[in-house]
Formats: sequence, C-alpha cells, structure tokens
Amino acid sequence: MAEMREPIESGCPDGFQYMHPTMRRNFGQWAYHEDPQPGVLLHHAKSGEKLWTVKVGTQRILDVFSLRTLCDIGDKYADGYIRFTLRSNIEYVVDDEAKVQPLIEAVEEAGFVVGGTRNSVTSLSHTQGWLHCDIPGTDASGVVKSMMDELIGEFKAWNMPNRVHITTSCCQINCGGQGDIAINVQHTKPPKINHDLVANVCERPSVVARCPVAAIRPALVDGKPSLEVDEKKCICCGACFPPCPPMQINDAEHSKLAIWIGGNHSNARGKPTFQKLVASGIPNNPPRWPEATAIVKRILDAYKEGAKDWERINEWVERIGWPRFFEVTGLPFTKYHIDNWRGARNSLNASTHIRF
Amino acid sequence: MASKIHETPMLDELENGPWPSFVSGIKRLRDDHPDERIRQVTNSLLGQLEHSYETRKGYWKGGTVSVFGYGGGIIPRFSEVGDAFPESKEFHTLRVQPTPGNYYTTDMMRKLADSWEKHGSGLQTFHGQTGNIMFIGTTTEGTQHFFDEINEYGWDLGGAGPCVRTGMSCVGSARCEQSCVNEHATHLHLLNNFTDDVHRPALPYKFKFKVSGCPNDCQNAIERSDFAIIGTWRDHKKVDQDAWKAFVKEKGRQHVIDNVITRCVSNSLALADDDSLIADDSKCVRSMHCMNVVPKAISPGDDRGVTILVGGKRTLKIGDLMGTVVIPFMKLDTEEDYEKIVELAEEIIDFWAENGLEHERCGEMIERIGLVNFLEGIGVDVDPHMISHPRQSSYVRMDGWDEEAEKWYQRKQEEKAAAS
Repeated sequence: MAEMREPIESGCPDGFQYMHPTMRRNFGQWAYHEDPQPGVLLHHAKSGEKLWTVKVGTQRILDVFSLRTLCDIGDKYADGYIRFTLRSNIEYVVDDEAKVQPLIEAVEEAGFVVGGTRNSVTSLSHTQGWLHCDIPGTDASGVVKSMMDELIGEFKAWNMPNRVHITTSCCQINCGGQGDIAINVQHTKPPKINHDLVANVCERPSVVARCPVAAIRPALVDGKPSLEVDEKKCICCGACFPPCPPMQINDAEHSKLAIWIGGNHSNARGKPTFQKLVASGIPNNPPRWPEATAIVKRILDAYKEGAKDWERINEWVERIGWPRFFEVTGLPFTKYHIDNWRGARNSLNASTHIRF
Repeated sequence: MASKIHETPMLDELENGPWPSFVSGIKRLRDDHPDERIRQVTNSLLGQLEHSYETRKGYWKGGTVSVFGYGGGIIPRFSEVGDAFPESKEFHTLRVQPTPGNYYTTDMMRKLADSWEKHGSGLQTFHGQTGNIMFIGTTTEGTQHFFDEINEYGWDLGGAGPCVRTGMSCVGSARCEQSCVNEHATHLHLLNNFTDDVHRPALPYKFKFKVSGCPNDCQNAIERSDFAIIGTWRDHKKVDQDAWKAFVKEKGRQHVIDNVITRCVSNSLALADDDSLIADDSKCVRSMHCMNVVPKAISPGDDRGVTILVGGKRTLKIGDLMGTVVIPFMKLDTEEDYEKIVELAEEIIDFWAENGLEHERCGEMIERIGLVNFLEGIGVDVDPHMISHPRQSSYVRMDGWDEEAEKWYQRKQEEKAAAS
C-alpha cells in the first residue's frame, strides 16, 4: 500500500485552455449566427470576427484509431480545437471561410457525416446497452447505427419542419431521456426470480422499497428467505432488477420496444413537454431492429408532411389532435394509451372539444 | 497465447450501411492494434456482444471498484460469461469530468488516447448521458493506473452512485449569441464546491447540475437535472429594426406573420405598417421563438441573470418530473452572486440529504413533502412565479392566513424600498 498515490481532487477542469482563440476573444460577445449550409454554422461576433462550425456525426463508441483520425482532420483542416455536443456530435471550429469546404471533404472522406444542424434529424442520443450496461434489455449502439443508416439523409438535410431529437433507452430508467421520438425498452412480463440467490445477493428491504406499486414482499420460498412478486400488481418496470439481479426482468421474447413521441426540452414557444406513448409490442430484433425503424420513419414522414415550419413533433400533434395522429400514422390506438398513473385524469378530455 | 477470433455474424451486419460503424471500430482494435492485450480484450468483447445479440440478454454485472482515496467514479463491470470470454471478464468504465461545454484541443485528445491505450481497451465515448467522458473497459488495476496518469495532467473522476454527479453546460458564451450567463463560471463554481460529494457517494441518490445559457435549454436541464440553471433576462429584449425590416423584405409580410408574429406564445408581437416590429415586453415570457427565427434582429436584453428550477428527473420511481421554479430570477455577475448560488445549492443538498429517503431524488422528496415544506426548509419565500395556477383543492387548513398575507405585504414593501 506504500506506493498508493493520493488523488489530486481537481474536479471539473477549466475549459478556456481548450477553447479556440476566437471563442476566447469573443466570449460573451457574439452578435448573431447564420446557417450557410446543412451541418455548418456561422457565428458573427460583435468585434466583427467570424467563426464557422462544422458539425459531424460519429459512431459515439469511438476506438482510438477513429479518435486519432478525427484529431488528424482537426489538425490538418481545422485549427486543432474540437468540442462535443450533447448528442455526441463533434464540432470543429475554424476562423476562415476558406477552411470550411476542405474540412467537410476530409470529414466525409474519412467516413464521418456532416449535418445535424437546424431542422434536421440529429444524431440519436443513446445509452450503453449490451456493450456495457448491467441491466440492459437491448443494445444501444446497434439500434442507433441501424436507424442512422436509414435516417442519414435526414441528418444531412434540412427537410424537417423543425429539429428532431431521437433517443433510445435500454430500460425504463430511460438514460436516453425525453425525445421528439424515443425508442425505449418496455418489459411485458414480471421478473423471474432465482430464489436460491436472493438472500445472498439482495438487500431485501431496499428492493421492496424500490417497487413503484408495492408489489414485492419478503417471503420464505422452499425454506429460504427470498422475495415474491404480486404478479397482478406488477407493472413490469424492472425497478427491482438493478438492486436485485436474481429478479431477472430481461426476456429474449417478452422484453419489447415501445415508441414515445413529443418529449421536448426547450422552452421555445410552449413549455417543456414529456413524451407520450404511441406504439409498443415492437420486437427487440437484433442486429438491425427493422420493425422499430419502420415505425420511426412512418412517424417522421407524417410529421414532415403535416407539420408547419418550426413546429416540433409535440406541437404538431397538439395542433392536429391525437385522433388525427393515429389516423395519419396508421398506428393502433389501444387501452394502453390511456394513462392510469397518478395525475392521469389530467390527461383525459373533460370537454366537448372534439375534432370530427 | 493467440486466442481464436470470435465469429460475429450478427455484429458483422452492423458494418454495412453509410453511418459510421462502432463494430468496424472495435474490429480495427482487434485486428490492427499493435498491443496484443488490446487485440485480445476487444476480440473477447466482440465475442460477448455477439453472444448478447444471439440470446438477447446482457451479461455484465456490477461490483465494487474505485480508485485509492475515492468511493465512486468507476462503473465496475464483471462478465457473467467470463469463462467463455476471459480477456474482457473485467471491463470497468472510468467516468471523467469534461470541461463545461466539452472543449478539447486535439493535443489533449491524443494525450488521453495515449494514456488509455496503455491501460485500457482503446474504446471511449464523448460523452455518457450524465455528461462524463466514458473510458470503457479496463481491469481493476488498469483503473488505478489510468486514473493516476490522467489525474497528473488535470483530469479528475466524475460521479457515480448516490452523489453529486458530473455537471453539463451548453456551448454558451463561447459561441452563442443567446447566452445570458457565464455558463462556464457557473458550472465550475457549483461543481468544484462539491468535489467531495462527487467523489464520495453519501447522499440519498444522485444529484445533477445542468447549465443552459438561455431558455432554449440545450442541456435539457429542466427535465434532466435536480438543479437547473437557465440563463434569462428581465428587461426588454433588443430589436435591431433595420435587420428586422431587412428580414421582412426578404421573406415577405405573410411569411413573417405566419412564422413569427402569430407564433409568439405570449401574443406580444405585432408587425407595424412600416414593417417594423412592435414588441410588448410586459407580456413576453422569454419563449425564444422570435430570436430563434431571426437571431440577427432580435436578442436577449441587457439585464441578464438566471432562473433556477429544482427537482427534474426521469421515470423511476414515481414517474417523470420536471424541475419547478424555485428562484424566478437572480443576477449572476459578481463573486457574491456566485457565492449566493453555491449557498443555495448547499442548502438544498443539505436539506435533501437530511430529509430524503434512500434512493429518493430531490424532486421526489418535494413531491412527497410538498413545495412549501421544501421552500421553508431551504429558506426561500413563496412566489407566484413558482406555480402554473393557485390551488384548486379546498382541502387545506389555512388558519395562518393573516400572518402569511402580512409576510407578502412586508416583502413587497421591502422590495419597493430596495428598488427606490
């Protein structure tokens, strides 16, 4: 233990040392921006200086070779500075318009994709999935790769009424977060319990406390202390699985995908909104999940066709109404769409406002 | 020992198509990396991942791994099928705090890559959903070595477990004209005040700070953080009428009416006969639409500060919660202002640490005890900006009404005195 090194608790590092000099000089002094072409932003500072940003989509799970390729491009064609967006896009910044096209060509030549600005479908934000998570119902990088292969044209263009943020999550903890469209795992069967392991592996009272519907109780099974689930109450959320791995919730057949729409974080126009369920029972079908992608594309087509400029998906549906949404997308409306969680009555129509 | 290459017919499918392929990236490490250790680890990882694709199941379990002196910051992963895939049977992730706004030089990137290659798998993500750099895949020993190395040149671990988590900030003042606050300074003041709470998990559950420079909230702070700091302004927004008229001329009046004037959620805009913009800022709710559409002509006002919302979180356990306005407006310019916001965060975290149940997020505690009890606990006065509408239910005991009304009059008087 003698050679154990005391950590330097430096915490969060200062970013100024890594900012492009034009950013440092004009910090807090920007005037406006323009969008010269998809994937490119042009910011004008009050000082008269200009800064071009080229936004680039990647595979997110980066190997060091890809990372070094991206750095090589940054050194040769940009000014050696990069940043990452919330959705894991890389942004190169340059202070000279002449550098923009060669940079774009180098990025595309290396197999990366320029786009994701303004009214496009930007990169899916995703989680770890089978690659690294301890509780995933599906993969993340694979789902995203499959979908972006099909949506790449929408990443590179400005065809959408407004920006579209798509997210995926591999369990109901929903690390991917709210999205205009969210593809999330939805389990449909209660956990399968390995009673031999529960007593040794799980802190039983805290597992009982995790259940949102109080469906779990301590029990003796075959003389061993374990837990049992009231399957009539169970909502199959999987909250018990992380603190108690012997309560296996993932199932090759019965862990399905559900699609939710209209989650919008921004305060632009309306207040932020949560996403709403539109489709479920979609097979978790690796390696390419074609059924989920098909529904996403169907929703995007209807949105592109029906929404006004600047309407996000939630605003579009709010304007046309949910019955019309199910009509134009051809998705079935079921009893599962009607909420029964706390506050659910606020989601019911208590008026005669009905569109015929 | 040269182990056999695991067949990956399902993953191979993900090498097709135009989007960059993570499978091809991992295969390059397996096939071309000069270090045999990395070639074997990534071969093993691909084998396990293919097994997951075949069986539709995950095979990682957690555990307890940390670096010397800390209690968190590592996501431990041990394989449940380590016998079949032994080279990756320990595959821990280090969470490392990036700078506010995620800025890097390529030089620093290469330095991190060089260190990671020495001690880890060669796989990383910028960034995980909490906002950390994720260095994915190393042994318990490698975890310590890699941390020791990068810690020497300025990088520290982020949060994992029930602790203050790594923060997130938007691109902000460094490149955005809509930024109303120094996101960078705000983020650093808050996070680096809680370094101990980041490294040593001892709170009821996770606690996240996110900073967005304007109400567009690019960091999803209201929905995804326990303490959301959103830049805003309280004077009139600025309109450059020449730039506005040029926009009207270019797009036509009908387009402007359909896309800007009638889309203002507070109905505070009108188009004058001479094409100038009439903006009634007494009605404006800072909903950003007009300046998103015409950034050249419309921008935030000069009296800038932040709105703070507390208690956002995702589903588990009680369902999704948005943050709630707790501070409608505060200035964030001087050192005293920053001290004030740090003190507020301390008050909130202390109150929650004392009153939150195990695994209960701050927002869930507020839901359980009510906003008023929370506000009283942290010493913040009630304010009508905190609600969408007043109470609808008459089921409440109100025998303290006169005192409460008196407090309101008192506060109004003090505000008036302070303003004059």
